[in-house]
Amino acid sequence: MSTLNLFSVSDAVEGIIRQAETCLPNDVIKALKNAREMESENRARAQLDAILKNILIADNRTIPMCQDTGILVFFVDIGRDVCIDFNLEEAIRHGVKQATKSVPLRPNAVEPLTRQNSGDNTGDGLPDINYSFVDGKAIKITVAPKGAGSENMSAIQMLKPSQVDSVKRFVVETVLKAGGMPCPPTIVGVGIGGSFDKSARLAKRSLLRDLDDMNDFELELLDAINSLNIGAMGLGGRTTALAVHVEKGHCHTASLPVAVNIQCWANRHASVILEAGND
Amino acid sequence: MTEHHLTTPLNQDDIKELQAGDIVYLSGTVYTARDEAHLRILELTDEGKPLPFDLEGAVIYHCGPLMQQEGGEDWRAVAAGPTTSARMTDMTPELLDNYNVRAIIGKGGMKDIATVLKDRCVYLAYTGGCAALAVDMIKDVKGVHWLKLGMPEAVWVLEVQEFGPLIVGVDALGTDLFGEVMDQAGDYFIKNI
Repeated sequence: MSTLNLFSVSDAVEGIIRQAETCLPNDVIKALKNAREMESENRARAQLDAILKNILIADNRTIPMCQDTGILVFFVDIGRDVCIDFNLEEAIRHGVKQATKSVPLRPNAVEPLTRQNSGDNTGDGLPDINYSFVDGKAIKITVAPKGAGSENMSAIQMLKPSQVDSVKRFVVETVLKAGGMPCPPTIVGVGIGGSFDKSARLAKRSLLRDLDDMNDFELELLDAINSLNIGAMGLGGRTTALAVHVEKGHCHTASLPVAVNIQCWANRHASVILEAGND
Repeated sequence: MTEHHLTTPLNQDDIKELQAGDIVYLSGTVYTARDEAHLRILELTDEGKPLPFDLEGAVIYHCGPLMQQEGGEDWRAVAAGPTTSARMTDMTPELLDNYNVRAIIGKGGMKDIATVLKDRCVYLAYTGGCAALAVDMIKDVKGVHWLKLGMPEAVWVLEVQEFGPLIVGVDALGTDLFGEVMDQAGDYFIKNI
């Protein structure tokens, strides 16, 4: 058991950033291999072969699989029995700065209007940290680096309550408009309900789920998306998306927010569980 | 699907041989340029000032690489895959009207670009996200311009060897593979969803 302090947390954060940037989770690799096996188009096969080769090189050499090392999104689950007597946010920010040098990461954080690059992947509101409280005496930190190619193709719509049947159309239309731009095959995260911003957060969090884990509605959406035949990198082919994940939340009786967060094939995320030591 | 091995600088005859769907392996010099570099190039062009690099017969790579420089050493590429070309669509006509850029490497294609490229330039698709794979084919970093724009936005001069496989996404004869795929997808959507 490790002692929880600013340094142990920032070192652990640096470690999961390195892992996420250089090594894809097994469920994603498995889905990409399946897509390769199912593909009959030569051009799509060539894209998937390159992706699988790239994943191996990055893992073997511990280098980032994509030059867009993303902005760093964290989900922190804090056990109710944990005593945090240090600045947790500062520890995470410090871990990001360390990783920027040691992995290394491309400095991606810029002031939105001047476009001035901060140089260390931190800034106002970056890294993006989401806290929630859970049972237990451990802290689970998950990092999900998010690239801009796919993020830029994401969309949100405030549907009318009478438009429940239009949810599917909006999701598929968003993938259609994205075409080859978000580096397909993608993972499509859908947030339904909540509020304007909550729906987007539901969509983002859904990207962390195991890709095999899909219900009937999600499989129906996946089938509709893959019928578009946009294919790997938009060059045509059977697999436009590897998975669709939907998360729902109750919303106002007058609202139906739907957010679609598109994730490129590099569905990078990694976690660490830190347990409080002696108590 | 013919395979071509080309060396920069490219001329008009080189690219007229290429047909949409062909595979290309490229050797020589490529210049990375994305949003800010395009703006800067067009700004200098408007002011009638020369660029600090030569785009005659050049290849532009839509890429914001992850580079590393340890101590006083030379820069080296750590990860250098393509970025989304669509962001450069509006700036590409003016770029091609002023400079004889013969090939653009990127990902995702550019909407309605076939008429802009016709007879003078090709669009080569390199697999998005394959940044570690790309580094194996970058033999040298020959220089960097406008580093003050930030690492991703600067113009990096890369020496590449057998860089590929690149798929001819848009040829100089007017065929756009991305456009064809999207037209079919759009038709399916209208009829079925």
